[in-house]
Amino acid sequence: MYKYSDFDTAFLAERNAQFRAQVERRISGALTEDEFKPLRLMNGLYLQLHAYMLRVAIPYGTLNSAQMRMLAHLAQRWDKGYGHFTTRQNIQYNWPKLRDVPDMLDALAQVGLHAIQTSGNTIRNVTADHFAGAAADEVADPRPYAELIRQWSTDHPEFQFLGRKFKIAVTGATADRAVIRAHDIGLRLRERDGARGFEVLVGGGLGRTPMIGQVIRDFLPEADLLAYLEAIVAVYNLLGRRDNKYKARIKITVHENGIDRIRSLTEAEFARRRPTFKGADQRLLADLYTAFAPPALRQGDTTAFQRARDADPVFRAWSDTNLSAHRSSDHAIVSISLKKPGATPGDATAAQMRALADLAETFGYDELRISHEQNVILPHVHRADLPALHAALRDADLATANIGLISDIIACPGMDYCALATARSIPVAQQIATRFETLKLEHDIGPLKIKISGCINACGHHHVGHIGILGLDRAGVENYQITLGGDHTETAAIGERAGPGFAADEIVPAIERLVHAYLDLRTSPEETFLHTCRRLGLAPFKAALYPAQTMAAE
Amino acid sequence: MMPKAFTPKVVTANDLLLGDVIYMAADGTWVRSLAQAEIISDEAEAQIRLLDAARQQDRAVGAYLADVTAGTRGPAPVHFREAFRATGPSNHAHGKQAETHDV
Ligand code: HEM
Ligand code: SF4
Repeated sequence: MYKYSDFDTAFLAERNAQFRAQVERRISGALTEDEFKPLRLMNGLYLQLHAYMLRVAIPYGTLNSAQMRMLAHLAQRWDKGYGHFTTRQNIQYNWPKLRDVPDMLDALAQVGLHAIQTSGNTIRNVTADHFAGAAADEVADPRPYAELIRQWSTDHPEFQFLGRKFKIAVTGATADRAVIRAHDIGLRLRERDGARGFEVLVGGGLGRTPMIGQVIRDFLPEADLLAYLEAIVAVYNLLGRRDNKYKARIKITVHENGIDRIRSLTEAEFARRRPTFKGADQRLLADLYTAFAPPALRQGDTTAFQRARDADPVFRAWSDTNLSAHRSSDHAIVSISLKKPGATPGDATAAQMRALADLAETFGYDELRISHEQNVILPHVHRADLPALHAALRDADLATANIGLISDIIACPGMDYCALATARSIPVAQQIATRFETLKLEHDIGPLKIKISGCINACGHHHVGHIGILGLDRAGVENYQITLGGDHTETAAIGERAGPGFAADEIVPAIERLVHAYLDLRTSPEETFLHTCRRLGLAPFKAALYPAQTMAAE
Repeated sequence: MMPKAFTPKVVTANDLLLGDVIYMAADGTWVRSLAQAEIISDEAEAQIRLLDAARQQDRAVGAYLADVTAGTRGPAPVHFREAFRATGPSNHAHGKQAETHDV
């Protein structure tokens, strides 16, 4: 498996020793909090509502079993027995003590993991599809390109002081699982006349002003990638606003100047820069392809899979929801849900993490992925092994069959942990999942994505939820605003606000009314919630959400 | 515009080593439970106490004044954020709500 070349053992050891000394100096009083804060943030250590929080990076969401076991060890030894997987493809520990953090970082370094945050107004960690390297609908594994971009952008002298932070996401598939349309730049690998290239999108983002990225180039030959990215960032660097932090992202630059102007400036800049790229990047890319090479998949008979499906309805239900097509038809991609109804979305106990590590080793070529939807993936499992895998998942309480359904909710930590929150999000997720579990409606409802954020920063991606929920503080009371019709995929859309918000005890009944309205309105079980929303618009859903107001208006 | 009338406050912060929520008691020491915090009803007094807290860099991080009302069991939080800080998260019985058992 690929390891960050510059995060090698010596580099991490040095960084950790440095931070250990800084922690000592903070404790001894030699450093003030104002001096220490930027240092701890660079090392992934935040101070939240109830405790410190350590955020550990999982590059491209890719882990092996040894790394997963170390994450379990940290949870058990230095936290309260669990960790929280987030939409940023990282894991957060909610209860570390300041003195223990250097030991935690040393332990992580043993398996090549770290909590170093790329911070500041630079090009941030590149993210990729969590099915990368395994998906059936993929042109090629996007991670070598993501790593190429990371190496190009790290310490790029021109781009250390951008107007604002800059995020790039890459997918190699037609189905967008990397939310590329909500990134500053989104890249989709595609093939045309036998040649590989990218569809390039620019100007997407969530947060305070959500925007969907627009196509700036529909086919960029792969050899032109870095020169073109450099051209986009250079145009943004000159044109982007620096007068107002909230208007500084490239989404605003694109919005204010128009995509056509940005495109012509970018193409002109690209023409100037292209000759300076003489092929070193393409040689590096070839090496990266070797580094990310897939495991040698074993051949074999898959009839055991079909037999188990015929014999065991529980297995069948799980395999209907939690499996995705692998590029090799005798394998499957397994999504393991961390969303058992009533549980905190994304939480995993140390015992569960160890079980996941064991299963990856036994059945999954030692590979694990963390998805932005806060679930764990075994990207390569032979179909004959699925019944045994499922049985082991049941023993570990990890066999919830709900991927993509109403209880597979994304929720940010919200005011249960986050110092920036305006309301809680976790209990709302727990209550919705538990309620629909009781109603036994989940499978009838079908694909439905609920996404919840505890403030306008939108870490829970609420704008692109089919149903989005945003927790706000209205005159000292938690209040939840609903958006409808959002979509995070290749047909991305920002949800539309449904109307006034709901109090904490009204939000679950409101969601229930919405879902019942959908069940009444859909033309057939094949018409999903999102499609029904698109066909009918918001009006019938608003009527369900606000029955009293609608009647008063009539 | 009329200046807003001063409402009762407590001094609160996070503990440097553990990161947990702490409050200032009447004797100037730090305590872990809101019930033991000093309620300050005088604005000038509150500013002095806050300055004092801000100087204690070796103990308290991010000190500020939080609104409270005087309840039967000591200070009661006004805003729900302070209620969560005084209790702990709602999804796990961790934080303050767990600690009160073992005092
Ligand atoms: C708990 C501590 C956290 C803090 C203090 C925090 C803070 C922030 C802030 C300030 C932003 C807005 C940045 C901007 O738009 O300029 C942001 C964005 C974001 N956060 Fe968090 N966050 C936290 C946790 C999380 C978690 C747990 C997740 C994943 C579940 C997450 C995922 C994201 C994502 C995906 C965005 C990007 C939205 C966008 O820029 O389009 N964050 N975060
Ligand atoms: S959306 Fe707001 S409340 Fe939720 S994690 Fe992000 S900053 Fe915190």
